[in-house]
This record gives sequence, C-alpha cells and structure tokens, in this order.
Amino acid sequence: MKTCEDISKQLIAYLDRRANSAERHEVEEHLAACSACHERAEDFRKLWGVLDEVPLVEPSLGFDARIRARIAEEPRRGWLGWLVPQPRLAFAMTLLLALSVWMANLPREGNAAVSDQQDFEAIKDLGVLENYDVLSKFDALSEVPVDAAPADQQAQPVNPASDQQPTTEE
Amino acid sequence: MEHAHTLQLYGTAGVRYNEEAMTRSDVQLMLDVKAGDEASFNLLLQKYRTPLVNFLYRMVRNRGTAEDLAQEVFLRVYRARKQYSPSAKFTTWLFRIATNLALNSLRDNRYRQMDVSIDAPVEEDVAPLQLPSRELRVDEKMIERDRSEFIRRAIATLPEKQRVAVLLHKYEEMDYGEIAKILECSESALKSLLFRAYETLRVQLAPLVSESVANRAREGRP
Repeated sequence: MKTCEDISKQLIAYLDRRANSAERHEVEEHLAACSACHERAEDFRKLWGVLDEVPLVEPSLGFDARIRARIAEEPRRGWLGWLVPQPRLAFAMTLLLALSVWMANLPREGNAAVSDQQDFEAIKDLGVLENYDVLSKFDALSEVPVDAAPADQQAQPVNPASDQQPTTEE
Repeated sequence: MEHAHTLQLYGTAGVRYNEEAMTRSDVQLMLDVKAGDEASFNLLLQKYRTPLVNFLYRMVRNRGTAEDLAQEVFLRVYRARKQYSPSAKFTTWLFRIATNLALNSLRDNRYRQMDVSIDAPVEEDVAPLQLPSRELRVDEKMIERDRSEFIRRAIATLPEKQRVAVLLHKYEEMDYGEIAKILECSESALKSLLFRAYETLRVQLAPLVSESVANRAREGRP
C-alpha cells in the first residue's frame, strides 16, 4: 500500500475528480486504512467550500473607459509606418553596422607583415634604378633568358642600354 | 468549453456576458483583434476583466493596484496582437502576463518598503494575518463579519507560487497542465505545491473549516 507521502501527491487530483481509475483506487485504498489522510481529505473538501465564500469584486465603473482611452493613445502605424523599421530590427541593424565598422578597423597583423615586405621589395633597389650610370653598365641584364621577355621583343637583343644610349667607350 | 467554464465560475455573481463573446472562441476573438477588429478586443475585455481583477486583487491585496495591473495586462495583450499566434490557450497567456505583473508588483512594493525604512510598518490594505487564539473559543460574530477578509488574508500569507497555484486552481478552475505552464513547473511539482498550499490553508482557516481541525492542531497532531 502507498505511504501518506505518496498519497499527498495524488490527493488533490483525486478530490478534483481528475485522477485516473488506477490512482483513484490507490487513494481510496489508502484513505480506508489511514484515518489521518481520510480526515485531511474531508478537511480539504470543506476548505474548498470555505474558499468559495469569498465574494467577487467588480471592476470599477470607469475600468473599460480607462483601458479604451489608453488604447486610443497607442501610436498607430499608417502606411508610412511601413517605412519606419521596427525598433528591434533597427537596433539589430545598427548593431550589425557598428560591428562591421569595428571589425574593418581592426589591425590585421598577418597582412601588415606581408604589406611591409612588399613595400621593402619595391624600394630596396630604387637607388640603383635611379642611377643611370650603374644601370647602363648593368650587363647582367643581357643574361636574362629570351623566354622571359615578351613575345614581340624576343627577336631583339636583350640589352636595354645598347639601343638607348651609346656607351662612353664608343 | 472555456466559455461555459467561465460562465459557471462567474455567472452566479451577476456578471453580464455578451452572447457573442460566448459563442466565439478566445483564440478566434484574438485572431480577429490581430486582423484589426477592435470590437473583438472589447469582447475579450468584457469577458476577462472580472476574473483578472479578482485574481490580481487576491494576489496583491490592494484593489487599486489590482485594477491598474489588470489594465496593464489588457494593454499588453493589445500591444502584442500583431505577434499573436494561437500556440497555447488564450487564458494561459493572459494569466501568465497577469501572474508576472503581480509578482513584479509585489517585489517592487517590498523593495520600496525596504527603501523607506526597515522599521516602517507594512503598508498594505490590511494588517498581517492574526490567527485566532488557540486558547480561546473563536468569536463567531467576528468571523461572520470578517469571514471573507479572514480567508483573503490566509491566502495572502501563502508563498507567492503557492498563492498563484491556489488561485488558478480554485478560482479559475484551470487544469494542471495550464497552471504548470503559467508557473513554469512540472505537473507533478504543481500537485505537491497545491497539496502544501491547501495543507497550510487548512491550518490557517481551521476555525472556519472545522473545530476538530483546530483541536488537532492545538494538540500538535497532524
């Protein structure tokens, strides 16, 4: 047989007539054997009768008028309202935009290193390239393989200095 | 079903119901409100203002506050009409809003009182519950006069969750599943909660329930 504690979980549903037949049988079996629970069940029934004695209060006369007035004060969305975004959507979009701007401005360490390297490569020979004397004597350029030159230049000698300016030796 | 239930609960108190509100389901009325039909909102207002005000009054023990909170409930329903989807019973939604507002109001009031002075007297409509002396026979005349007030106070002394459970179970006659959803607990936990609440009330209202209960409590028997 179930204990008083077990029955306490089923007692309300039993008194409500919402217990299933198995539960009802268990509770009735216990109540028949346990006078304390039997008395408690009887008291609960009486208690519910006592609780029913509390009269209803009526809302005040102006209740409906007040709520209607408050509803009338609510902002209406006309056809122009569709152009105005919902507050939550507007907030989300603003947040997304701010996040994008912030992320775009984040320092990118890896890319910065590559960029520095490229800049260095571009300017490291600048002094040499600007020095015509050095450049005109730079025979090493003639050793550049023909394959590397553009197709329309392949028939010509690959010494840029030779057809631009006579050397001082001539 | 829901309408008949409401009629059964409040019909005897002389509350007038619009026939139209009784024939259309709450969900249908709310869907009509969503579509822009303000008359349907008025029908819902007519149908639920009394149950809501009474529920809130029993929760917060102040009639003015109860009416203000009931207004707020209806306003929130109206504001949420465009997002309404009939995924749960209308009453579950309605009383969930009401429960949350009532609990917030009780907590705010408590904090406000703590703010003023921890020694200040409790500013409620009524004095704290005074149980009848167990040494003296209960004054029948006093109980007759203040019987309702005595019961209201006893309910008000219950812990908040137990109070909500009893009000929804006893006065709104909601099923366990609906109350459990409002209180966000399991049905099993709800049944235990209800048992504890009624057990407390049984002792608190012993003079009204039966003299024998009072006698047993006096002797310290369960």
